[in-house]
Amino acid sequence: MSKIDKDSLLGLWLTGDLDLTEQLYADPLPHPEETEKYQPSHDPAAAAKVTRYFRRFYNICAALLCMIFAAIMLLTVANLPPYGAKDAPTVNEVAQRYVEKGTEETGAVNTVAGMILDYRAFDTLGESFVLFTAMCAVTVLMNQSGKRRRVCVEAETVDYYADPIVRTMCKFVIPVILVFGIYILLNGHLSPGGGFSGGAILASAFIIFAMVWGDERAQGTIRVPVIKTITLCALCFYALSKTYSFFTGANHLHSVISPGVPGRILSAGLILPLNVAVGVVVCCTMYSFYMYFKRGEL
Amino acid sequence: MMTTFRLILLSGLVICAVATALVKKLKAAVIIYMAYSVIMSVIWILLESPDLAITEAAVGAGITGILFFLTLHRLNLIDADEDHKRDTEGEEADHEQD
Amino acid sequence: MTAMFTHIVSNYEEVVAVILFCIGFCMLLFSRNLLKKVIGLDIMDTGVFLLLADRGYIAGRTVPIITDGVSDMTRYINPIPAGLVLTGIVVSVSVSALMLSLTVRIYKTYRTLDMDKLYLMISNRRKGGRA
Repeated sequence: MSKIDKDSLLGLWLTGDLDLTEQLYADPLPHPEETEKYQPSHDPAAAAKVTRYFRRFYNICAALLCMIFAAIMLLTVANLPPYGAKDAPTVNEVAQRYVEKGTEETGAVNTVAGMILDYRAFDTLGESFVLFTAMCAVTVLMNQSGKRRRVCVEAETVDYYADPIVRTMCKFVIPVILVFGIYILLNGHLSPGGGFSGGAILASAFIIFAMVWGDERAQGTIRVPVIKTITLCALCFYALSKTYSFFTGANHLHSVISPGVPGRILSAGLILPLNVAVGVVVCCTMYSFYMYFKRGEL
Repeated sequence: MMTTFRLILLSGLVICAVATALVKKLKAAVIIYMAYSVIMSVIWILLESPDLAITEAAVGAGITGILFFLTLHRLNLIDADEDHKRDTEGEEADHEQD
Repeated sequence: MTAMFTHIVSNYEEVVAVILFCIGFCMLLFSRNLLKKVIGLDIMDTGVFLLLADRGYIAGRTVPIITDGVSDMTRYINPIPAGLVLTGIVVSVSVSALMLSLTVRIYKTYRTLDMDKLYLMISNRRKGGRA
C-alpha cells in the first residue's frame, strides 16, 4: 500500500483521504448584474396561487398519462399468448439451446448461472460496472471528511452491543449467515444462487455486524483499504477474463479450461471464479452503501 | 389450490403497493415496502425461479429497506409525515443538528 | 371483445404486473415527497420484473437446473427471463441507493423533501433571490 504515490488520485482514494465534498458544497458564483437588478417578488400568496394552479394542471395531465399507459399495456397483455403456454414465442431455439447444450458446453448444472456467466458474461461485466459506478457516485455524494462529520451526524444511536440478548443472538446468527452466504456463492453453478444473491447475503451479515458492534469496531475489523483493494481486484479479474468480447465483436470464445464433470464443485471452468468475483463486488458495494449512509464515510 | 394461493399472493402484492402509495407516515411506507418484497420473493418461488427468490429476499427486503431507514434516520425524519409534520421538538433538534 | 376479456383474465399475472407498474407510476407522478417517489420507482421495477418472469414461466415444468442428466427442454422452464431479472434486481438496488443519496443532498441544501416547496425555492434562487 505504501508503494502507491500518496498524491495521486488513486492513492488518495485507496487510503480513504479523497474528499470531494468542498467542490460539491461550493455555491455557484452569482451574476453580479442580475442580483442587483432583479428584485424577486416575495409575495407568498401569489406564489401559493401559482403553485396551486400548476398542481391542478399537472394532476390532470399526469392522470391522463397514467390512464393512457395503463390502457396501452392492458391491450398488449390481452394480445399476449396465454400465461404458462408451452408454445409461446419466447420459448424459442435460444432457450432450447441454453437448456439442452448448456451443461455440456459450460459445465454448469444451473442453466441460469451458465447463461449469465458464460454465454452472456459480457453483459454481467457491464452490470458489475454499473454497481461500481453507483458505489463511486454514492461515495462522491455522501462522503464527509473528519471535521464536518463530527459536527453533522450525531443523532441518538442505540448501543445494541450493551444489550445482552441482541449481542448473544448475533454471535450465533452472524456465522450462520456467513456460512450460508459462502455456500450460496460457491454453489452458484450447481444450485440456485450465485454471485448476486450470495454477495447480498454476505453483505447483510456484515451490515448486522456493523449495526450491533458499532461503526468504529466494524471499521477496525473490516478495513477500508481492504474493501477497496478487493473490489478493484475482483473487477480487474472479471474484466481481464471477459473483455476479449470487445475485440471479437461480443462473440464467445471457447474456454481453454475444460468444463469438468458437471455436478462437481470444481467444474464449469471460469464460472466459479467469476461467481466469486461478482459476489465480492456485490458484497463490498452493499456494505459500503450501508457505511456511507450510516456515517458518511467508508 | 395452487391458483388460489397464487391469487392470494398477487392480491396481497397489489394491496401492499396501494398501501405504500396511500400511507402518510414515511416509516410505515418503508415497512410496507419491505413486506411487499417478501411477498414478491414467495411469488418468485411459485414462478420456478429460486435464484430470483433468494436475491429478492436478501436485496429487496433486506438491504433496500435498511438503506431507506438509514436515509430517514440521517434526515431525522423517522417520525415524520409525508409533509414533514412532526413534533416541534423534533423540528428544533433538526435545526440544531445542522 | 369477449375473447379479449377472457384473454385478459387468463393472463392475470401479467395484469397484476401492469397494475403494479401503474401504481408505481402514479406514486412517481402524484406523490410530493421525494422518498415516496423513490419507493414508487422500486415498485415500478418489480412490476417489470414480474412481467418478464411471467413470460418465462411454463405451466407444469420445473426450475432450469439439470437434474438426473435429463437435458430436455420439455422438462424445464425458460431460463432467459430469470437471468435478465437477476441482474435487474441488483441494478435496481444501486439505482435506489444513488437516488437516496441525492435525496439526502437535496434535504441538506433545502431542508425539505416536498416537491412544491423545492420548486418554489429553486425558482426563487434562479431569479437571484435567496429562498
